[in-house]
Amino acid sequence: MTGADPSQIFREEAAELLAALETALLHLEQRPADREPLDTAFRALHTIKGSGSMFGFEAAASFTHHLESAFDRMRKGELAATPAMIGIALAAKDHIRVLIDDPAGADAAAGAGILARLAEQSDGAAMSASLRQDLDDADGRASWRVRFRLAPDALERGTNPLLLLDELRELGDAGVVALTGDIPPLEELEPTLCHVAWEVILTTTHPRSTIEDVFIFVIDETELTIEPVPVPVPEREAEQGPVMTADLPAPAPVPREPAAPKAEAGPEKAKAQPAANSIRVPAERLDDLMDQVGELVIAHARLKQLVSDSVDLQIKSVTEEIERLSNGLRDITMGIRMVPVESLFGRFRRLVRDLSQELGKDVALTMSGEETELDKTMIERLNDPLVHIIRNSLDHGLEPAADRVAAGKPPQGRIHLSARHAGTRVLMTIRDDGRGLDRDRIRAKAEEQELIPPGAKLSDAELFQLIFHPGFSTARALTSVSGRGIGMDVVKRTIDGLRGTIEVSSTPGGGTEITLGLPLTLAIIDGLLVRVGQGRYVIPLFAVEECVELPPDVERRHAGRNFLNIRGALVPFLRLRDSFGVRHPPDLYQKIVIISSGDRRVGLVVDQVLGDHQTVIKSMSKLHADVASFSGATILGDGSVALILDIAQIVAAGQVQDQRREAS
Amino acid sequence: MAKTVLAVDDSASMRQMVKLTLSTAGYQVVEAADGREALAKAKGTAFDMVLTDLNMPNMDGLTLIRELRTLSTYRGVPIVFLTTESDAGKKAEAKTAGATAWIVKPFQQDQLLNLVRKIIGT
Repeated sequence: MTGADPSQIFREEAAELLAALETALLHLEQRPADREPLDTAFRALHTIKGSGSMFGFEAAASFTHHLESAFDRMRKGELAATPAMIGIALAAKDHIRVLIDDPAGADAAAGAGILARLAEQSDGAAMSASLRQDLDDADGRASWRVRFRLAPDALERGTNPLLLLDELRELGDAGVVALTGDIPPLEELEPTLCHVAWEVILTTTHPRSTIEDVFIFVIDETELTIEPVPVPVPEREAEQGPVMTADLPAPAPVPREPAAPKAEAGPEKAKAQPAANSIRVPAERLDDLMDQVGELVIAHARLKQLVSDSVDLQIKSVTEEIERLSNGLRDITMGIRMVPVESLFGRFRRLVRDLSQELGKDVALTMSGEETELDKTMIERLNDPLVHIIRNSLDHGLEPAADRVAAGKPPQGRIHLSARHAGTRVLMTIRDDGRGLDRDRIRAKAEEQELIPPGAKLSDAELFQLIFHPGFSTARALTSVSGRGIGMDVVKRTIDGLRGTIEVSSTPGGGTEITLGLPLTLAIIDGLLVRVGQGRYVIPLFAVEECVELPPDVERRHAGRNFLNIRGALVPFLRLRDSFGVRHPPDLYQKIVIISSGDRRVGLVVDQVLGDHQTVIKSMSKLHADVASFSGATILGDGSVALILDIAQIVAAGQVQDQRREAS
Repeated sequence: MAKTVLAVDDSASMRQMVKLTLSTAGYQVVEAADGREALAKAKGTAFDMVLTDLNMPNMDGLTLIRELRTLSTYRGVPIVFLTTESDAGKKAEAKTAGATAWIVKPFQQDQLLNLVRKIIGT
């Protein structure tokens, strides 16, 4: 991470902390007596404050300080976590975010307003007084952690450390801690040498240079660090020091056992331990790593193909070993990118809270399966679609309390988010217990927009898919929340782009359930490799239901209509060779791959099914972006390119055929 | 009990200035005109601090510092030397010899007073 900007790292860290803070606050709102969210909130604030001032976000740090003080008092039971207080804290959280992201653009008046409300809420006179004072002179005062260790022979040279400490004390409020960890056992103790180091937390109006001046005569021989700490010093920092000088009997106590000093060596050592367990890496690096692993998988596929003709057992065994390693590497790399969906779901607590207030509806948001892991890029891209879906549920789906009671439902609406693994896919469900989709209105609207012919027979699933059509909105009146007719088509497009599927089910009066089926990762999929003419294509394996042989007499029997009887059900099929304009003569025995999307099935006629293929997805160039049938491409073992079929598009094309049949 | 300072300088006016400044502030000051005289006086009295010039006849300041540090009674007694801005090498030499601190000539009276307070307190 050479040249990484520490303030950027702080920004990233702060964004996560603020998200954690928000989650904790919303928990706290529901269960004000709960200790855990309170501690989480306090820790988040504490870290933001501490790191903030370290990286030059003074405004954010000093603002956060007030909030932290309030939470500290809540922890001590001096203050109650009232809904009003949580409201202020949430506003403050947003303000901190602005202070960090764009300090220049921050609205100082808004910040002061929040602090004033905070002071009002926390009503303790002492708190308000300190707040006011701090608002006045926050800029002048700074706290420093001064740590110094004199040269061992400093005493012999006439330096008196007590005078240095006195001098520091004269500069402002100082808390002194003697670090006695390096005092040797008595047998080895050289009494004329200086074995003690000191840590002073100094809050002063003097600049750093003044502190340095204290050490002017010893600065060359002294280990001296002066680092800023948040204003004013949190008591906890000082408490963590091993022994206060005041408690030290003179002379400094000599530990009886040689091992003892190690144990109480400086507080920073104990703190450093847990941090070592994780490292922060920019997401692009993971993308780069994934790219490289993708290339490795491709290179391995080529190697495997070359070796398949070889009789050299040694080369074969090495190839197998490389296969195992590259698969392992692929799994680990994908694992690194996995993030629990909690980080995504958590954001919606706030959304639901704010929206329900705005709309005047009482809504409870519940979740399950938050620990389900999904690729980080995927999580990021799912945010907007989910926001749309949840907004729609809140705005259109859930009825006002009075209507709910009239319908015999509890007045409080429910929205449930869940995620779970299903094979190599993750199913994400958004369920509400509202009024459900209005079939008649959707139909009327669709007919009005000429999306469907009047009186067309549609299954529920088909009908519900219409809501994803661009410009489709059944809302009678626009609200500020939704109903502009944009949104659901964007949802559909985004999910398609992620190679995902959307299913909608709804019962009138019982609610709506939208299920998103998503691949675990965007980079590699399991595919079925097929051949049509001389070209090879990849069909995503998750969509494949079965492979059957195309009966040679099908043409004759169905008079040119492309339908196949699969165990009693008529399934439309497409001849890919016709779709792709392949001139190469067809194989004698044609195969059909049955794929499904939603509850629709379509058969694809191919020349040969080559087998499963570990597919590293390469996106197509901008030039080919409007080619609807393909969602990407992959490189095969022999270096040639295979196109990846876009299941949603192909199934839709099959349906068109289906409708023609029904129309005829 | 008032703290005693041994002021060593071959310039009488400098000694006078030091004495005036420090005695007004409550310190007791004993003068010496060179290193040899200073060493003799130091052996007789336990001073709380020695303030010495470096360039002096008979015994210079550096030798004085080294001699004082060999005396068990003067291990740990602050020794401040007077130096000029350009004397970076001298400063390092004096520190190696065992000096505690320095004051750059020319200096104001309150600068001297601050220094002494810093080194031995009031």
